Amino acid sequence: MAVAEFEVPKVQPYPLVDIPKIKPDATVHLKSFPASEKIQEGIGFPGPLVDNWHKVAIDKMGDLLNRYRSLAVYMDACVHCGACTDKCHYFLGTADPKNMPVARQELMRKVYRRYFTFAGKYFPKLVGAADLTEDVLNDWYSYFYQCSECRRCSVYCPYGIDTAEVTMAAREIMDAVGMGQKYTNEILGKLHRIGNNLGLPGPALLDTLEGLEEDILEDTGVAVKMPIDVKGAEVLLITPSADFFSEPHVESLIGYAKVFHEAGISWTLSSLASEAGNFGLFIGSYENMRRAAMRIREAALELGVKRIVVGECGHAWRVAYSFWNTLTGVGHGGEDEFTRALQAQLDPRYPAPQHICEMTLDLINQGVLKFDKEKNDHRTITFHDSCNVARGSRMGNMPGGQFVIPREIIKAVANNFHDMADETIGEGTFCCGGGGGILTDDLMEVRVKGAMPRMQALQCVVDEHQVNFMAAICAICKAQFSKVLPYYKFDMSMIGGVHQLVSTSIRLSEKK
Amino acid sequence: MSSLTFIYAFLMYAATVIMVTGVAFKIYTYSRTPAPLKIPTTPAPTTQSGVVFRIVREVVLFESLFKANKWIWIFGWLFHFGLLLVLLRHLRYFTEPVWSWVVLIQPFGMYAGFAMVAGLGGLWARRILVDRIRYISTPSDHLMLLLLILIGISGLTMKFVAHTDIVAVKQFILGLMYFDIQPMPADPILLIHLGLVSFLMIIFPISKLLHAPGLFFSPSRNQVDNSRDKRHLAPWAAELEK
Repeated sequence: MAVAEFEVPKVQPYPLVDIPKIKPDATVHLKSFPASEKIQEGIGFPGPLVDNWHKVAIDKMGDLLNRYRSLAVYMDACVHCGACTDKCHYFLGTADPKNMPVARQELMRKVYRRYFTFAGKYFPKLVGAADLTEDVLNDWYSYFYQCSECRRCSVYCPYGIDTAEVTMAAREIMDAVGMGQKYTNEILGKLHRIGNNLGLPGPALLDTLEGLEEDILEDTGVAVKMPIDVKGAEVLLITPSADFFSEPHVESLIGYAKVFHEAGISWTLSSLASEAGNFGLFIGSYENMRRAAMRIREAALELGVKRIVVGECGHAWRVAYSFWNTLTGVGHGGEDEFTRALQAQLDPRYPAPQHICEMTLDLINQGVLKFDKEKNDHRTITFHDSCNVARGSRMGNMPGGQFVIPREIIKAVANNFHDMADETIGEGTFCCGGGGGILTDDLMEVRVKGAMPRMQALQCVVDEHQVNFMAAICAICKAQFSKVLPYYKFDMSMIGGVHQLVSTSIRLSEKK
Repeated sequence: MSSLTFIYAFLMYAATVIMVTGVAFKIYTYSRTPAPLKIPTTPAPTTQSGVVFRIVREVVLFESLFKANKWIWIFGWLFHFGLLLVLLRHLRYFTEPVWSWVVLIQPFGMYAGFAMVAGLGGLWARRILVDRIRYISTPSDHLMLLLLILIGISGLTMKFVAHTDIVAVKQFILGLMYFDIQPMPADPILLIHLGLVSFLMIIFPISKLLHAPGLFFSPSRNQVDNSRDKRHLAPWAAELEK
């Protein structure tokens, strides 16, 4: 598909000095492709726009307000203080004021006020309330698909108002009236139908894994296995399907395999649950998210594994860490019948689910893994905190463990590491610009512009420390940066996984 | 009873009832609405006491706002803590004898009135001068600032310019509290001050002032980060298990 010409934002020297002057409607024309009727039906929604859409939309909003405390509170609590106005990477990159979190939320809040509040019913102009018209709905479609649900704004909001929650609700309402987005909904349908986002059937997976085993043997002379559907394995690995397929993702998959091999832990992938990513999150659909997560539980029970480990994937880790226990009982502390069987099976000495980085660092700290760090000496590395790991989930047993653990791994396997500027990493990390349902070619302009703040911070460590490798633990970050880095005159191979670095320097032995 | 006394007594009772029941209803609604998923913004505390400490920091220090924008933080904090001291100082009209700590803070409360108005002025200036904050401002945002500033200025006027008969004011207020209505002093500035305060109380439950109770119910701030150790199932979500 030909991508329209657009101007790539200029990267200023860090620290960021200019918050752009607002340019109303700068990106209102940027809309991702709509989902077809068939795609919509695949995930249980109508399509195209239903006749009585107005009533359906307002009813759905009422339903969500009763189901989600987050939405009920966030619709009321905003005071328009402006703390979030300069926090969104899409606003910084596009200058469109509706990409300021508060203004994006107002797209829904003005409708909420009109139909659900006294002030909005009787004094709409005064409080900024508006009818839900087709124009408003079109604005929703533009701007709620220019949000990556990265939650950076919620860090800075004095009330913790989380635009991701509002975006998810808006997308669910749009889906309910038949106005879905092709990218997210097609992928989710593929996951339900075939088992992973890329639509790879079982035999194709097997074939790919055998090919990778041969590659590793050729490279290292060691026979490292990539098992699939092995009953009785200790660990079930759930990883984004991009890991089976594309560069640089596959390098991390090889890294996981080498870690398991070297630690002598029996493990398996599952053709039933061959996907960690859960696009149900992106469209706010609890039912779809639950349905997608259910495969993990089914695979764990079927294969009889003791532990469940999740690969490098940001939104997947958020869903796994924060929601799997709720959605499917994968975790501890459930007292209902539904979760008891699984708890009896899982090894209580390990958190469930566990992140691959938690597992690897444990093994490093126990002295199980050894590294030839100099093998990574051709790299000067920085680490990009992926938003949903940074602000939506955790690793280890202390708050902020998700910032420490991947960096500890990098420092254990490589010699040259430099962090980007403090306010652009950790909980304040800038999104890659491609998360939350934006990673589609039809939104390339949004993606490139949204990546600007991260590119700026990267430019700074490139200039100061000659950084030439940015490690990330998210499939979307990896895919997005591979595409976007060249727009900013960086080499696309600068982006890679943490376990890619592990893979490069791990010392393999013929054993186990 | 003069009609002025009747009107103000009625107004203040009505305002109190509307504010208390309105906010109570909102709090009831928030507390009844399930939070089906764990969504704390991390790094989040892993214990309940840690969550309490986090909320206290937000309420007292405006911690997140401090991270976000120093100007908004300075003006916002100045206004809110000015307002708090002013409100505490006003307890002298509601208590007889006046509690000794209320006596002690009187001088601070007086100057806090200026801090409050200055803070509001700063917030308003940002709303007008900064293009992106101007963009997100609705008429009600401006009116709210105007209302609070007028309340502050009318109060300061009675203290520093045209003194009102505070003995009579106190008799009126104590009378309201004990349902023994006393005459309302007919000082125009006092009438404006109390009228605006009543109006503010009336619109409290239907305005953005709901951010006050809202903060305590915000799942991204008040949830414990323990999703792997404890299953968290909302009633409507539990229905899906059946």
